[in-house]
Amino acid sequence: MFTLARNELYRLFLSPLAWVILALCQLLIAYLFLTHIDYFMQLQGKISAIPGAPGVTELIAIPLLNNAATILLLIAPLITMRLIAEERRNNSLPLLFSAPLSIRQIVIGKYLGTLSFFIILLILISLMPLSLSLGADLDYGVITAGLLGLTLLVSSFTAIGLFLSSLTTQPTIAAVTTFATLFLLWIIDWAGNTQVTASTSDLFSWLSLLRHYEPLLQGEVNSSDVAYYLIIIVAFLALTIRRLDAERLN
Amino acid sequence: MSSSPLLSAQSLSHHYGTHLAVNKVSFDIYKGEVLGFLGPNGAGKSTTMKMLSGNLAPNHGQITINGYDLLNQPKQAKAHIGYLPEQPPLYKELTVKEFLYFCAKINLIPSNNINSAVNTAIERCGLGDMTKRLIANLSKGYQQRVGIAQAIIHTPAVVILDEPTSGLDPIQIREIRHLIRDLATEHSVILSTHILPEVQMLCDRVQIISHGHLIFSDTISALNKQRQVSNLLCTLLSPPPLGALQEITGVISVETLNPTQFRIHYQPDINPTTELLSRAVMQQWQLTELMPEQHSLEDVFMNIIQQESVTVGQTI
Repeated sequence: MFTLARNELYRLFLSPLAWVILALCQLLIAYLFLTHIDYFMQLQGKISAIPGAPGVTELIAIPLLNNAATILLLIAPLITMRLIAEERRNNSLPLLFSAPLSIRQIVIGKYLGTLSFFIILLILISLMPLSLSLGADLDYGVITAGLLGLTLLVSSFTAIGLFLSSLTTQPTIAAVTTFATLFLLWIIDWAGNTQVTASTSDLFSWLSLLRHYEPLLQGEVNSSDVAYYLIIIVAFLALTIRRLDAERLN
Repeated sequence: MSSSPLLSAQSLSHHYGTHLAVNKVSFDIYKGEVLGFLGPNGAGKSTTMKMLSGNLAPNHGQITINGYDLLNQPKQAKAHIGYLPEQPPLYKELTVKEFLYFCAKINLIPSNNINSAVNTAIERCGLGDMTKRLIANLSKGYQQRVGIAQAIIHTPAVVILDEPTSGLDPIQIREIRHLIRDLATEHSVILSTHILPEVQMLCDRVQIISHGHLIFSDTISALNKQRQVSNLLCTLLSPPPLGALQEITGVISVETLNPTQFRIHYQPDINPTTELLSRAVMQQWQLTELMPEQHSLEDVFMNIIQQESVTVGQTI
């Protein structure tokens, strides 16, 4: 299982895709980071006098994590698309199926391998706000909660992407469907805001990936939000396992 | 031959939707045997191979490998098989050595044996000069070898090869066949192919499958027996009248191919060769060529398949 995860990560870094994504992601987030700092510098003079005014954490670190979530939403499908679809296209799945591995080990191995890539990306991202600690006092509690939220968010992106990749032979289709699904789950609470009927809007806003991320950004770690992400991850991994099992049966 | 088979398949069936691809196929393979699986395209060879390797679950039937049931104890059973599908399953962005290390690991070779396992596989498949090359840059023949190396790396009891020589040039085919013959000294090999001479060269036993049915299963010598000789081709520069040839004991009919060449059909149990020779010398027919005509393997194969479709047609 861990062999598979390591192999997955290794092969990811053999392709230029991983490097390009890491580099461009850093570039975008660094630019956003600088604009946030700029904005904070302008405000600093006005708000320094107000007691309880938002500080560096609230004005730079948290918006940055919020932006990072959007960027990850865009790039996650590109990384997850190849997971199973490409193996299927290269006919390399029999290699795994005829090895003494259970389908569960194959799926979880692949999942962990891809997740490690995103963890590396998250570490790089989190270095930027953490670098502010050189010159300012940071609220580490809020930042940790935000990073936890971002990690959970990316973990669910990966699980959803893995499942959709197991449905098709074409990596591109996997990428497009993953993006559509993620985006839908991202904006589904907009229906919740229109207040048509209370029951549907509750359901929709509960389904929204974003809705459960926001409290974590504020530093609130609710077990219900964490549970929501864990349910998503486990559910999509189970679906992937079932999907590959069904393929073997037919 | 040991008493218990290494791999035994019992009444395997599989259908894709309504199309019955494999119907109640049963066979055993014993240690050190090369079993040839022969059949036209679409006969169900690859489906059978996929089921044997655990890539496809049979709708009915049972597969036992080295005493482990493939469906109930898949991990133990799969540890004893190596499988090379029609298209070798390769990660083309890896080098040969990296790929084989990965294969060794997922086949649960203990970490202190991995080095020697990889080196043995590389050596046996003649990949010594290619270890640092990317698989994507190798020729088809070498990719096929990497595929075979991947299948034998954990020294499985049974190696399953699905059309290992398809799409290779004649030299590569010869090398791969050599390699397969070599494998048979340590592993049992199941080989699927549609190339008849290949079966004749490599296999101890042959099974012919057609439309999902196993229609012939015997040793290669039994297959050769079906190639009975019952024709003689002879060239006589000064031929006698046809009647003189027909008088020879055992001759059923004589066919004139051209003024000096004849094909003589005879009863299978009475061979007229000696009598023909002595008469030819005595009467100065000037015999320049005398050749027994054999059924080619293709003819035998077609015969078996046609017989089968006739009987199947009758039962329906």
